[in-house]
Amino acid sequence: MGATLAEKIFAKSVGRPSVKPGDVLEPSVGLAMSHENAALVINQFKEIFKDTGLEPRVWDPSRIAIIFDHRVPAESAKTANNQKKIREFVAQQGITKFHEIRGDEGGICHQILPENGYVRPGMIVVGTDSHTTTHGALGAVAWGIGATEMAAVWALGRVLNVEVPPTIKINIEGELPPMVAPKDIILHIIGKLTAQGGNFRVLEFHGSTVKAMSTSGRLVLANMSVEAGATSGLFPPDEETERYLREEAGVKEPIEMITPDPDAEYEKVVTIDVSKLEPQVACPHTVDNVKPVSEVEGRKIDQIVIGSCTNGRLDDIAIAAEILKGKKIARNTRMLVFPASGRIYRQALEAGYIQTLMDAGAVVMNSGCGCCLGVHQGALADGEVALSTTNRNFKGRMGNPNAEVYLCSPATAAASAITGVITDPRKGAC
Amino acid sequence: MAKVVFKVGDDVSTDAIYPGRYMATVLPTETPQYCFADHKEFNEKLNKGEIEAGSVIVAGNNFGCGSSREQAASCIKGWGLIVVAKSIARIFLQNAVNLGLQTVICPDVEAEVGDELEIHPDKIVNKTSGKSFVVIPHAPARQAIIEAGGLIPYARKKLLQERGVAA
Repeated sequence: MGATLAEKIFAKSVGRPSVKPGDVLEPSVGLAMSHENAALVINQFKEIFKDTGLEPRVWDPSRIAIIFDHRVPAESAKTANNQKKIREFVAQQGITKFHEIRGDEGGICHQILPENGYVRPGMIVVGTDSHTTTHGALGAVAWGIGATEMAAVWALGRVLNVEVPPTIKINIEGELPPMVAPKDIILHIIGKLTAQGGNFRVLEFHGSTVKAMSTSGRLVLANMSVEAGATSGLFPPDEETERYLREEAGVKEPIEMITPDPDAEYEKVVTIDVSKLEPQVACPHTVDNVKPVSEVEGRKIDQIVIGSCTNGRLDDIAIAAEILKGKKIARNTRMLVFPASGRIYRQALEAGYIQTLMDAGAVVMNSGCGCCLGVHQGALADGEVALSTTNRNFKGRMGNPNAEVYLCSPATAAASAITGVITDPRKGAC
Repeated sequence: MAKVVFKVGDDVSTDAIYPGRYMATVLPTETPQYCFADHKEFNEKLNKGEIEAGSVIVAGNNFGCGSSREQAASCIKGWGLIVVAKSIARIFLQNAVNLGLQTVICPDVEAEVGDELEIHPDKIVNKTSGKSFVVIPHAPARQAIIEAGGLIPYARKKLLQERGVAA
């Protein structure tokens, strides 16, 4: 019996010919990513070395990435002190993949890793962020871990006691209708699987829709795989993966095109036809509370958010600018845009998208996660409603448990910004 | 005997357990004050010392879904509470195991606030209702970490073995 992509990568990571679901491994890590919560990782890392007589040194400073993105620039002295502590650790340990609060090389971790070519097919990637699943878009087994688990990775270079998860194969077929986006596909899948349908599972994406999808779109699906509870969401690498890594991420080295076996054994196969898919909206307060936009049209919106690690890439900003060109954002609605990285921000500037969005009345913020998780900028008032291209709508998510968050694609968000109510972007957006 | 002091439903996220706005606070010694901060009544009881260590939070399915923030596990652990849930989201469960927060997976559990539970390795007996419920044991990969007293001592032992120093 053949192996799924995750099984192949796990086998490679431990130097074994094969592994099966349930096997317990200590996979070698290709890349270990953290953001501001590195402050806690550092604390736990020092705890591991306590009373050992050993000097706390990370296993490989070139395989650790630290990106400041959750609260940038620092919103409080406490965060500033955490960031300072991390900077000192980075310098002391010689960590090279460090992305500061900068306009030239900073941004959101799940954009910084792909656009700098840090992630390659066949890698094991762990991050102290649940949306580390994003990197499955490039054919890496990538998953979120806690700070203490990361401390052990920093010390040993392996993830301890990992149980190989079974894989669910997701076939996505059909041509996407106009104004229907990868975000709508993944919201639809999460609605079908439920918030825990992928718990302790890997999702592996296949099908004609996936084949035709850009890496930017694949990153959206992989990113939100965790919202179905999945450990990881994987795309077998193909010509598009190679194109992205060469042209957009500047990778020069050989790329290992590791793919699942044709006779791989999947726990389950789910097939979805997207040729008639409507734009989708995840309603409060769970991501699997998904409805077609037609069922929630007309809901008044106080704040529109476009951006984040899910939908802050150039194509997301481009569609928003296309819809908002020459239009005005409704008076009782405000719109915030968070490009996913400094590089994307500048590309959007050069393409004129930022100008268009600002002319329409949007506020373009610096790259960061803060608004999505309610830690920095863009908090909601009691009773307010947000429509956002981010990835979570849990109670309290945008900084206020007495507010509501709906999730959608950039097109739906932009169309709704004009009307001030949830609007189907297929209706000409005016 | 362990008393149920708080009950929550399905899909309770780490945003509900430990709201994002407190995430700049990271140390396990400081996180407990914000445990279920948006559930004001319960949070106040915790901070007033009205909840005994060894008490139980009963949850539905997919407890701890969402963010990987470890504060969500450390804030509960800090009060010495036990989580009994129908099912638990992967990252939260691993964080709980790593930090030594006691979690019990009991798919059919029925319990209300005030009930007294007897927690055994294979079952929970609700002494108040007289019913008992099967417990799903932790996978061996996680059990090994629990038995070592958490991931820090477990990783420390590995580190010493690897660098050729006697444990």
